[in-house]
Amino acid sequence: MKNLILTTAALALTAGIAMADTVRMGTEGAYPPYNFINDAGEIDGFERELGDELCKRAELDCEWVKNDWDSIIPNLVSGNYDTIAAGMSITDERDEVIDFTQDYFPPTASAYVATSDAADVAAGVVAAQTATIQAGHVAESGATLVEFATPEETIAAVRNGEADAVLADRDYLVPLVEESGGELVFIGDPVPLGGGIGMGLRESDGELRGKFDAAITSMKADGTLNEMLKKWFGEETATYGTDGAVVTN
Amino acid sequence: MFSYCADPDTLGTFRWFTCYLTNGVHWSFYLSFIKVLALLAVTAPVALGFGFAGAMAARSHVPPLSWLGKAYIAIVRGVPDIAFFLFFVIALDQGFEWIRHKVLCPEWTDPIRQGNDFLVCQAAKLPLGSSPEWMHETYGFFLAVITFSIVFGAFAANVLFGGMRAVPHAQLETAEAYGMSRRQIFWRVLVPQMWVYALPGLSNLWMVLIKATPLLFLLGIEDIVYWARELGGTKTSKFTQYPHGDWRMWYFLFLLIFYLGMTRVSEIGLEKLMRRLSHGQATSGGELLRKETTA
Repeated sequence: MKNLILTTAALALTAGIAMADTVRMGTEGAYPPYNFINDAGEIDGFERELGDELCKRAELDCEWVKNDWDSIIPNLVSGNYDTIAAGMSITDERDEVIDFTQDYFPPTASAYVATSDAADVAAGVVAAQTATIQAGHVAESGATLVEFATPEETIAAVRNGEADAVLADRDYLVPLVEESGGELVFIGDPVPLGGGIGMGLRESDGELRGKFDAAITSMKADGTLNEMLKKWFGEETATYGTDGAVVTN
Repeated sequence: MFSYCADPDTLGTFRWFTCYLTNGVHWSFYLSFIKVLALLAVTAPVALGFGFAGAMAARSHVPPLSWLGKAYIAIVRGVPDIAFFLFFVIALDQGFEWIRHKVLCPEWTDPIRQGNDFLVCQAAKLPLGSSPEWMHETYGFFLAVITFSIVFGAFAANVLFGGMRAVPHAQLETAEAYGMSRRQIFWRVLVPQMWVYALPGLSNLWMVLIKATPLLFLLGIEDIVYWARELGGTKTSKFTQYPHGDWRMWYFLFLLIFYLGMTRVSEIGLEKLMRRLSHGQATSGGELLRKETTA
């Protein structure tokens, strides 16, 4: 037993030299299909599969870390992990604090969901997750914004009548609406928000950002990114042309 | 877990639940209960140690030491717990890394703070960037234990300080008359007798500590509250074999029962301890015990 502990300790110490390239990837793990915890308790989803492929192409050793959405940026800048891949849209406000790679998901459509068609999204109460582009949009739209820490709670607020509607990424809402048995419905047209989803990195980490950027470019060029997008978001989802331009279907 | 779990859709309710409750993600949930119990088991003695040191310092005859003890008690007791929890975990982590950085990377010339970024050299990172995830989690847990201990230590220090002052002064004078030194009086007369006075306050603290464990969740540790929220949330059939609606209420009900059970067991244990400590003491509890045995 003692030997075992000593070997582990020795391994832990030498590991620092052997694998200096471990990149810790932070994600939320509560936003399917982007990222979620599967039945086995592991991080799964579009970003997991994409991140693993990017790491392979950039020849990096990657490890996934879960972190609450609320503190996901503060923990990145204080160095607890090295990247954020958590369905985070590229916005100017976030870009002031951290850096983004190019987008690996085209500018997303957000959508309103309510329990009936009659819900008033322009002047009623609308739920959104804290510190998201959707929350920003609701605040500017004139509706009353109620914020929640997790996406799950925003849906629950609509179900129990606390909010008239919820604004979130359409891709997150689709499975929930489909399986609600008619309780939840989309209302109004999708709202295009944000500049696409990118991977967040510390501003001082230019080198790592370059590696991921190159890997994303290569995945856009050979079409593997489009395959992943279709696998996780359906055939109709927007994809990328080989030159990196967004193709809407 | 069971062989029939391969296709949960076809199972009856009972079998479905046996599969659902034993899948991988539920084991993480059960494991987090051990995390909470471990936190309690480690924090309680460490906080008591902090408290004892704080109380000793506060009653010291050396003024700077006494000020230090009293300041510790006053500051920690006066600041909201949550502010401390959020402050310490970030401050301790950055403090440790800063010290290691100064020691391990003296040749580093870049500033540590660049804009929003806190940057130390790779070798100074805690734990090292390349260490496995369990080490990161253990380190987070360790920070949580220190934070809980500092906060609860201050309350314990105040309770013990009061307990020490409650020991009848005549006892100490008698000890002095027998020629005992100050140190001997403290360890042989004061400390053994103060517990009975401190215990009601300490048992209170223990209860508060049990109830404060969900704060672990605030510190980024995946405790029972995190998993209850995660598991109870709506699951759609696209991403799990076990789709269900919003079951958070049931999971939180389970936590409620768990915490009630924990506090009930503690109450019984503390009552027994109080009985033992009251034995032979010049308190009303001790008097009651004496009557019981002589009657």
